[in-house]
Amino acid sequence: MSDDVDTLRQECLAALADATDQRAWDAIRVSFLGKSGRLTGLLKQLGRMDAEERKVRGAQLNRLRDELTRAIDDRGREIETAALDARLAAERVDVSVPVVEMPRGGIHPVSQAVEEITAIFGAMGFTVAEGPDIETDWHNFSALNTPEHHAARTDHDTFYLPPEGDGSNRVLRTQTSGVQIRTMLGQKPPIRIIAPGRTYRADHDATHSPMFHQCEGLVIDQGITLGHLKGTLIEFLRVFFGKPDLPVRFRASYFPFTEPSMEVDIGWSRKTGEIGGGEDWLEVLGSGMVHPRVLANCGLNPEEWQGFAFGMGIERLSMLKNGIPDLRSFYESDVRWLTHYGTDPLAPALLHEGV
Amino acid sequence: MKFTLSWLHDHLETSATLEEICAALNRIGLEVEGVEQRGAAVAPFLTARILSAVQHPNADRLRVCRVDAGPGFNDVQVVCGAPNAREGIAVIFAPPGTHVPGLDITIKEGKIRGEASGGMLCSLRELGLGAESDGIAELPEDTFPGQSYADFAGLDDTIIEIAITPNRGDALAVHGIARDLAAAGLGKLKPFLADTVDGTFPSPIKWADTYTEACPWVLGRTIRGVKNGPSPQWLRDKLEAVGLRSISTLVDITNLFTIDLGRPLHVFDAARIKGDTLTVCRGGKETMRALDGKDYIVTSEDCVIADGAGVQSIAGIMGGEATEVTDATTDVFVECALFDPIRIALTGRRLGINSDARYRFERGVDQAMPVTALEAATRMIMDLCGGEASDVVSAGTQPHWQRTAKLRFKRVASFGGLNVPAEDCVTILGHLGFETKTRDEHSVTVDVPSWRNDVAQPVVLDPSADLSAERCMELENVVARIEPECDLIEEILRIKGLNQVPPVPLPVRSVVPGVALTPGRTRLARARRVLTARGLMETVGFSFIAYDEAKKFGEAPETLRLLNPIAADLDQMRPTPVPNLLAAARRNAARGWPDLALFEIGAAFTPEGQTTIAAGLRAGRTPRQPGLSAAPMTFAAAKADALDVLTSLGVPVEALTVTVDAPGYYHPGRSGVLRQGPKNVLAMFGELHPSVLQEAGFDAPVVVCEVFLDRIPEPKRRKKSAPKLSPFQPVRRDFAFLVAHDVPAEAVLRAARGAERNLITGVSLFDIYEGDKLPEGQKSVGIEIIIQPNDTSLTDAQLETVSDKVVAAVAKATGAALRS
Repeated sequence: MSDDVDTLRQECLAALADATDQRAWDAIRVSFLGKSGRLTGLLKQLGRMDAEERKVRGAQLNRLRDELTRAIDDRGREIETAALDARLAAERVDVSVPVVEMPRGGIHPVSQAVEEITAIFGAMGFTVAEGPDIETDWHNFSALNTPEHHAARTDHDTFYLPPEGDGSNRVLRTQTSGVQIRTMLGQKPPIRIIAPGRTYRADHDATHSPMFHQCEGLVIDQGITLGHLKGTLIEFLRVFFGKPDLPVRFRASYFPFTEPSMEVDIGWSRKTGEIGGGEDWLEVLGSGMVHPRVLANCGLNPEEWQGFAFGMGIERLSMLKNGIPDLRSFYESDVRWLTHYGTDPLAPALLHEGV
Repeated sequence: MKFTLSWLHDHLETSATLEEICAALNRIGLEVEGVEQRGAAVAPFLTARILSAVQHPNADRLRVCRVDAGPGFNDVQVVCGAPNAREGIAVIFAPPGTHVPGLDITIKEGKIRGEASGGMLCSLRELGLGAESDGIAELPEDTFPGQSYADFAGLDDTIIEIAITPNRGDALAVHGIARDLAAAGLGKLKPFLADTVDGTFPSPIKWADTYTEACPWVLGRTIRGVKNGPSPQWLRDKLEAVGLRSISTLVDITNLFTIDLGRPLHVFDAARIKGDTLTVCRGGKETMRALDGKDYIVTSEDCVIADGAGVQSIAGIMGGEATEVTDATTDVFVECALFDPIRIALTGRRLGINSDARYRFERGVDQAMPVTALEAATRMIMDLCGGEASDVVSAGTQPHWQRTAKLRFKRVASFGGLNVPAEDCVTILGHLGFETKTRDEHSVTVDVPSWRNDVAQPVVLDPSADLSAERCMELENVVARIEPECDLIEEILRIKGLNQVPPVPLPVRSVVPGVALTPGRTRLARARRVLTARGLMETVGFSFIAYDEAKKFGEAPETLRLLNPIAADLDQMRPTPVPNLLAAARRNAARGWPDLALFEIGAAFTPEGQTTIAAGLRAGRTPRQPGLSAAPMTFAAAKADALDVLTSLGVPVEALTVTVDAPGYYHPGRSGVLRQGPKNVLAMFGELHPSVLQEAGFDAPVVVCEVFLDRIPEPKRRKKSAPKLSPFQPVRRDFAFLVAHDVPAEAVLRAARGAERNLITGVSLFDIYEGDKLPEGQKSVGIEIIIQPNDTSLTDAQLETVSDKVVAAVAKATGAALRS
């Protein structure tokens, strides 16, 4: 190799070794291999040489060009990698810093229970009916075969409002049964409704709240029997509590608006509070075949139509299902309690996801 | 209703165990509320004898006793404070570890004033058995030490307490309970038999009845020469076991009949009755002192029994003190009557008297029993107190209680859901006292027994005012046929056991059911999810609040004020859930949780009616985070809450207008009203008024929103047209307008939006600037518009035209000028 070629090679390799950034590297590349680069200049001189000389020199220069091209490319990649490494090191952050939390709300256990109840009865063909919280005492009592002097009325501690202009008494409904009356008056059977809502009784202690929620149900059709009542309520309770084998007991009882009347118990353990386990029974709802007088008061012929009604306390069901110990806590609006018992709005009660 | 197992055995021949009896009671509708082994609480107490008793060296009132309480406690030292603790007497001893029910303490070994005491000597009150006494109980002299007191006192009986539903007056008697149990297959009912006692003289006291609506039939007789006093032990035990206090033999006998047969009686001291007539009549505003020692004023609605001196008894509820029997009584007049249940209930409620007699009369007693019950009572009085009986005197007549009820056998299955053979139906009814009158293949007609006032009652309808009189009459006739049958089916199912009825699913009308919720309810559920997803906690508040609070947040009319509130601060139906939320926020702040977001979707009450409001509240400050300090709440958060609810309920929110006329509880300058068209207010939002906050104890802004869910129109269920997805890139242009300070930003945006509806698809606000670089009273409003070409890309000239239109439209609407 001639001296000038070797010098060129040495200088290029030395310059590459010194280059630490993209810019210096690019300058080297241009100064040796560019259009007017030094190696390019030597190559251009080949044309002026005779054949023999050109052959020797040409081979020499081509080898050098291949070598330097490789060296420059390699160095280029090194510099690029080093730059990326430096950038990544510089961009390092503390990923343990807590992110700003999206504040999470929660759906109140009463609303959640109503949604679950609605989902289950909805699947059995029930629709949801509504009525006002302020009722006439006819809708709340008289139509339901509970006249003024009835012993059952003394069990209800009723809130009264000033009478209507026409003299009719207004009460805060003690039960959502008024909705049943309105439904029977407003639509022809067959009827299959549930009526969840606020109810009121003048009672306030550890186990009673002056306002609470009830869900009543009504089925009126031809040929509906007490067997349907049992089938419907057993199905509901087992799905609601998620226990396919939940023991359910029907006990004869009395309500003025149904006959026969029954209280419904589920199996549980008094000791552990476990639903479905143990030897004990826990009353969860009241039910019965709609009393012929109630049907007649609403203009339905009890020889043609028959059916059943039921009513349950929503807070009570929620307390049992979720292990909530204190009724009063439902209305306290303590954010700690709401956070604990509230449910995710993006997990609504859907039967296909499980309620 | 309480009774003991042994009392039940007086009426029921049975070998059933306690468990079987309780299970049967529950099954047939006599719900067992409690079972108590009467002696259980006093079983650890022992009979004992005081061997010696000497003065305590360090205490004047205490004695140091040596006590023999049998094996293990042969010689125990006990310090005792009772004045009657003395050598030789038989006493009750509580060894260490015994729980003393009357004091609710557990006895421990210890020292009292320096003297060891290894137990306690007790009074009956301390055992929870007797009344107040001066010292420890003294047992008969020959009592052998070391026996369990429960065994010694014969307290080995079981007490069963059952709940009686209001229709079952007949089960307020041990005899009635036994009848039900016998019908349920638990044994044989022993018949109630009464010996007649022939009168030997005419009764010197006679009945008159001037209020037969309240008292159709009253009987009585005089028994003279009786000796009243403490009852025999068996009678005392029987009554005390069920929680009644033994008073005297005569009174105890009446109480025995009340529990045993459900047949209240009353005894007058005949010598204390003025004149020779007791008159059943209306009260006349007199005051009478009753047996409970309280004075009652009786009105003309109340049924009373009066003698020559005035009212002596509130009939069927409580007797009077003036004619009360005492130990000195020698002549007694026994009353046995029937009273109208409704009038008894009303009088009892009016006077606030709860007595065993009222409880039974208002539920209805056996209509045929007065004659036999009076005979039986006479016999018992003469047996226990001696004396001789007069003839029976009476007024009024036995009411016509006889009724029949017809059952079509197939209805037990087609209504009750259980196949019961006709024979079984008739047998069950027979055991319950419903005797067969006529029977054929398909049906049976039975006589309703005199004690079943709840079966086949006369039909009283209270029909809807919309029904014609003719229709009502027709329905009443149907009910009169159907109801007695339902009554009988209930009896058969109750006794058979409702658990026998096979559960059946409802007929399926469509495998996949329709929508369960009304559109209104769906709206409510969606609003709930939106607000929760936005980070608000759902709460449930009472529908009634304090009147003064309600007034601050809307109308509080008298028509929505409770007549009988449970508390003074829960007396007015709320006009909005906002005060509930504010109070909740305050409670949480007081607990140390001031930063919160709450909402309630619930009823609100106005004179026009009930509506549903979704109300949200945010209080406290935003969370601190690196690079961002905590900030107080602004109206914007509340407005965003409201708009998000509206958007998700299908309201086109860009078409809403904001007006600044929110009600007075809002900050007048930091609140707004969202309207759809000029009239329909869909929501309100903003900071609460500083004075409202100050009164509620807040010193930082609290923002709220109220969305009126009932006013939101149903979204149109039209099929959506396909969206226009232009292939051309949108062009974004920024504008800065100089407008007067009081021009609402919304006016600028609205004008820009309307400048070229075909091309402008988006307008947004990116800046509002007020400051010294601008002329006084002016602000700069920076907006960005999106111009979306549809059919062809736009030339610069065309874009310029759109921009000019925007500037012109905004200038025209707001007087704005483009900022140079």
